[in-house]
Amino acid sequence: MNGMENTTLGEPNAMAILFFTIVIVVTLFITYFAAKKTKSTSEYYAAGRSITGLQNGLALSGDYMSAASFLGISGIVALQGYDGFIYAVGYLVGWPALMFLIAEPLRNLGKFTFTDVVAFRLNKGPIRIAASIGGLMVVLFYTIAQMVGSGKLVELLFGMPYEMAEIIVGFVMLMYVLFGGMLATTWVQIIKACLLLFGITILTILTLAQFNFNPGVLFGEVQKMYPADQMFSPGGLVTGGMDAFSLGLALMFGLLGLPHILMRFYTVPDAKEARKSVSWATTFIGFFYLVIPIVGFGAAVLVKKSTIMSVDAGGNMAAPLLAELLGGTPFLGFIAAVAFATILAVVAGLTLAAASALSHDIYINVIKKGEATEAEQVKSARVATIIFGIVAVGLGILFKGQNVAFLVGLAFAIAASANFPSLLLSILWRRFTTNGAVWSIIAGGLTAVVLIILSPTVWVYILGKEEAIFPLKNPAVVSMSVAFIVAFVVSLLTPEKKAQQMFDDEKARTYLGVGAE
Amino acid sequence: MNLKEIVNTDKFKKIVKLRWMISVTLLIILFVMYYGYVLMVAWSPETMAKKVGENTTFGIVAAVVVIVVAWLMTVIYVYWANTKYDQVVEELKQELD
Repeated sequence: MNGMENTTLGEPNAMAILFFTIVIVVTLFITYFAAKKTKSTSEYYAAGRSITGLQNGLALSGDYMSAASFLGISGIVALQGYDGFIYAVGYLVGWPALMFLIAEPLRNLGKFTFTDVVAFRLNKGPIRIAASIGGLMVVLFYTIAQMVGSGKLVELLFGMPYEMAEIIVGFVMLMYVLFGGMLATTWVQIIKACLLLFGITILTILTLAQFNFNPGVLFGEVQKMYPADQMFSPGGLVTGGMDAFSLGLALMFGLLGLPHILMRFYTVPDAKEARKSVSWATTFIGFFYLVIPIVGFGAAVLVKKSTIMSVDAGGNMAAPLLAELLGGTPFLGFIAAVAFATILAVVAGLTLAAASALSHDIYINVIKKGEATEAEQVKSARVATIIFGIVAVGLGILFKGQNVAFLVGLAFAIAASANFPSLLLSILWRRFTTNGAVWSIIAGGLTAVVLIILSPTVWVYILGKEEAIFPLKNPAVVSMSVAFIVAFVVSLLTPEKKAQQMFDDEKARTYLGVGAE
Repeated sequence: MNLKEIVNTDKFKKIVKLRWMISVTLLIILFVMYYGYVLMVAWSPETMAKKVGENTTFGIVAAVVVIVVAWLMTVIYVYWANTKYDQVVEELKQELD
């Protein structure tokens, strides 16, 4: 079989624009109905806790499976082979850990944000500020990575100028979140997850059809076509045991500190539905990561590496090119629209998480000391949404052309080091204190940021220095340890009677769901 | 019974203990499996590239096994919690005023 000679990728494609328009029209239509049901704070932040386990499972998948994992991992598999598998596995294993450690307490203890849980029996002011800053840092870095990636993708897929892509993403996403709140955001994520799973399933079937429906035949072809490339041998992603372990920690525990994911647990009525949502999310995401390497290898054999790299050196266009080869321009249009919907859904989720941290955690609970009417709270949530939306577009444009891939690793490292330890200890440890939590968040977050700057990821690859000061590519193993040690030491030095006394109440609520909102 | 009394009953302590025993056991399996996989990638790339079938390599099988077992453990835990655990929770809640 011959590789592709021509592609319509990057040219305005009628089918892509048609699908893209359908996605926008349908989602805005849903937003219109969601807006009518979005009056109170619980509706704005948590869709009135009306989402079922299956729906939330789909929405969690929609929130988590970013364009970076769809286009990025299939591209890595196509160009570098096995390294893509390491990411696929790493991005999945956080889900069982999330279920075993924090999903139920999170649902039972909080109201809208993970900060609610950490602040449950601690001194509200300082802890809310520290935890929401940790949360905001994660969301901000994640958003920059998403916005820059999305501008580039839309440019490649539709031939649209970068700045215009940023503004369209920002504008449409703001429509969803501002008017339809969590209900509209949830449905956008559900639709996106269904489209993505459908698209990737068709693409996998079309690919396997070329190889007698036998993945083994496909692997054999890859081997035959690229004998010198060691496609089945792990490459440069991890260089040593500690490096691999640290990246693994960040991938696994980062999920347990991602505010936009944690926030989704408040959209379901109780712990039972929360558990069901994790089980569905793990099912969909697991399926996604199992088939994505087939798409990557399929692209390597059918499209050819050279063609993929001529369109985008990073390999991001492997899946769209394969879709065009196997399903023609209409299928390319469909996959391009799916990629675009993916960006919208992820950025909408991030914006809502940022708005809840700014408005619910900082403005209402700290500055207004929790004394605000329902109307004031919803208004401040909307103002925060607009502010963050504008910031997101601004940063997207500001960071144009920058290599921001490391920001996802940084976001996961901060999530694992600043947010996760204090969240876990506030659930499990009777003697955890306000000071312990605040200093743990600061120490974990700062260590993660400083070490990633000194690591090869930034120091060598971005700043172009000779040798990195800190040897590991991801700092999680050090920064998570620092966060836990600081939490233990400071908590033991500053005992807090009230927090200990409230632990029994917290336990009843954690394990029985008594009084959960 | 009030909240303080209920969390000090044997029934509450027993179910919470069982809940953590199950989840920590599953978590340990997840840890051994995943970090074992990651360390093998780092320490022995050759093993990962070794063929186990006609064309399939050990690394591919290992990745699939980690994903499938991780998924299976999640589903098992959720099934247990939504049936057995929640039943005890309901019984305990009956005893609250």
